[in-house]
Amino acid sequence: MAKTEPAGSAPHYVPREAVFPKVMDGPFRRFKWLMLVVTLTIYYATPWLRWDRGPHAPDQAVLVDLANRRFYMFSIEIWPHEFYFVAGLLIMAGIGLFLITSAFGRAWCGYSCPQTIWTDLFQHVDRLIDGDRNAQLRLEAAPWGATKVFKRGLKWSIYLAISFWTGGAWIMYFADAPTLTVDFWTGQAAPVAYATVAVLTATTFIFGGFMREQVCIYMCPWPRIQTAMLDESSLIVTYKDWRGEPRGSVKAREKNPGGIGDCIDCNQCVAVCPTGYDIRNGPDIACITCGLCIDACDTVMGQIGRPRGLIDYATLEDCEHERAGGERRSILKTVLRPRTFAYFGVWAAIGVALLFALGTRERIDLTVAKDRNPPFLLLSNGDVRNDYTIKLRNMEARPRPMSVTLEGLPGARMWTDEMGQDRAARRLDFTVPADQTKPVRVYVVAPEGTAQQDFVFALAAQDRDGGGDRGETRFDAPEDGQ
Amino acid sequence: MANKRIDEATGIETVGHSWDGIEELNNPLPRWWLWTLYATIVFSIGYVIVYPAWPMVNRATEGLWGWSSRGQLAGELKAEEARRAATLAALATTPITELPGKPELMRAAIEGGRAAFRVNCVQCHGSGAAGSTGYPNLRDDDWLWGGNLQEIEYTLINGIRHPGNDATHQSLMPSFGKDGILPAADIAAVTDHVLSLSGKGPANARGAELFANNCATCHAPDGKGLRQFGAPNLSDAIWLYGGKREQVEASIYKARAGVMPAWNDKLDPVTIKMLAAYVHSLGGGEDFAPAPVAAAAAAAAAPAAGAGNGQD
Repeated sequence: MAKTEPAGSAPHYVPREAVFPKVMDGPFRRFKWLMLVVTLTIYYATPWLRWDRGPHAPDQAVLVDLANRRFYMFSIEIWPHEFYFVAGLLIMAGIGLFLITSAFGRAWCGYSCPQTIWTDLFQHVDRLIDGDRNAQLRLEAAPWGATKVFKRGLKWSIYLAISFWTGGAWIMYFADAPTLTVDFWTGQAAPVAYATVAVLTATTFIFGGFMREQVCIYMCPWPRIQTAMLDESSLIVTYKDWRGEPRGSVKAREKNPGGIGDCIDCNQCVAVCPTGYDIRNGPDIACITCGLCIDACDTVMGQIGRPRGLIDYATLEDCEHERAGGERRSILKTVLRPRTFAYFGVWAAIGVALLFALGTRERIDLTVAKDRNPPFLLLSNGDVRNDYTIKLRNMEARPRPMSVTLEGLPGARMWTDEMGQDRAARRLDFTVPADQTKPVRVYVVAPEGTAQQDFVFALAAQDRDGGGDRGETRFDAPEDGQ
Repeated sequence: MANKRIDEATGIETVGHSWDGIEELNNPLPRWWLWTLYATIVFSIGYVIVYPAWPMVNRATEGLWGWSSRGQLAGELKAEEARRAATLAALATTPITELPGKPELMRAAIEGGRAAFRVNCVQCHGSGAAGSTGYPNLRDDDWLWGGNLQEIEYTLINGIRHPGNDATHQSLMPSFGKDGILPAADIAAVTDHVLSLSGKGPANARGAELFANNCATCHAPDGKGLRQFGAPNLSDAIWLYGGKREQVEASIYKARAGVMPAWNDKLDPVTIKMLAAYVHSLGGGEDFAPAPVAAAAAAAAAPAAGAGNGQD
């Protein structure tokens, strides 16, 4: 983040300096541990949860069944035409990011973004194999010898294993997990499964193992959007320069009390930063606001007997307030501001609307397609026949009895290929198989002289749950009786 | 002309051109870009060797793999044929009378027939199989030569008034007016009677007498027609050549004799069977009546008999 060098001497391209963050305990580090475990557990374990839906539907709790075009999430089953539920969830996720940003700043970046989580995980692998920051720096500088080759090989193998597991877990969401696992290892799975695992293994390996903070700083659009969303009352991680500057050692401070700030320039805040940024340079896209520098600085301040919070979560407004000698304000004030409530209102309204739609949606449905070629035809006794294809949809995981009745079109009767014209009636009964759409050819006959008119196929479930649908369509007839 | 110099801010040489004082640094190509270029060059060498590449006088070089788009199409068609082979073989060995008992085979036959219909039949019967004046509607319940699967198949195989086919449906209505069999006044009277059969006009005693003498042999005394002659039912609502007075009169004056080719000359038996299944599925297909099934089977066993012309 060199930005102060005079033009002319600064290279326009700065090669990446590898980041070897030091681990330091503290509330934020512990919160990140918790997030790491919780989010990874959800990701890896969810496909293995079972959920009994009876004999006609899969028993996987969360399943995106692309082949059969069904999306299962616990007790909810979504058909392709109900995709607006997924769209609604995505909109909620988007507004949720705004909401979180408004309330807590870049909390998504700092704690729950997959890039952050996996980078954190891979950095723990680094520490497990190579040791903490200093050992890692030494090994990085060391020439390639047997130890380095062994350690690098071991570390990258672990990277690869994690990456493979990550890619492998992804495909489990799209098929029955136990079956797919067996198929995968016996070579029976679909080629797209292997391709997906290969691609996700590669991206995890590269993004988590090597690109790391560069994804956040150079590739990700979200920090750019957030720079537009943050304002002076947004929570960010800030270095309180009026308290810290000028920097000086504890000894310098003893010699010159009052002339030296609290910052002893120990560099711990930079050492622990997962993106290698120096927060003392001010807010920057490179700061994902994970708070690890707060842990580090608070530890050091504790050791040298100074109050904590030299680096702290604060808004720029609060900083000005404190700079002017004010008391440190509670972050609750930031969280509970009108903008946050506005976002929450929109977010919650969409959520309530979705829940309402989910609670009141019909699980059976009927669509009508009328034959237009020919629009009608005459039968030998003078009756007029129109042909239709009706589709009866049963979205429940059990077979359901349904009836279709003609509404309007006096004197008309209908029949299907299965029953034959001699049993034509105004009401037909069907049993639609579980979780299926049943197409039926229906011939509707009206007496001679019937005029062209609209009518309705009325669908009604004939079981305890009830429900129904109406398919409006048209009956065509010759205009002059011939 | 080039005025190359080292740019002091970056230490990189310029390309030497200046546009309104704006110069361009001669930076090297990005490495990822360069390596992509090299990779495409390597790829192209392999491509030229295994695929058709160099244009020659008559055709391009063939390439080691011998690939061609025409060959690929042929391969795909072959695979499709192989996929269908079992179904087609089953259709070939299943008599059409047994088709309704095999729903899956029936479905395959109807779909195959739908495709064959688009190629061979829509020219006359229309893409919706609804026909037009002179070309029968295949969806309705009115059949000149019989409407069960077997009868439809027979009609398809042998055609209607198809020259050179001994088994073709053959019948000829005399041209009562053109050939001078009946004077104009009598034709008008018969027209009155025919229209009265379907309630479209008052009875005509003279017409009824003329009908009994000239028409009843084929169209039956009550005018309901006889399928063995392909004689249409004159008492129903369906008129192949139009039901208006002048149209009926014209039909009596000059007679009508529609034709359909015998499709066994052009199509294989399986396709004809599939076409029969499709036409039968359009909403007007008749069932094998319980008694006539035996009769039809017996008729089919005796070759020269007018097989398949149900009497109902």
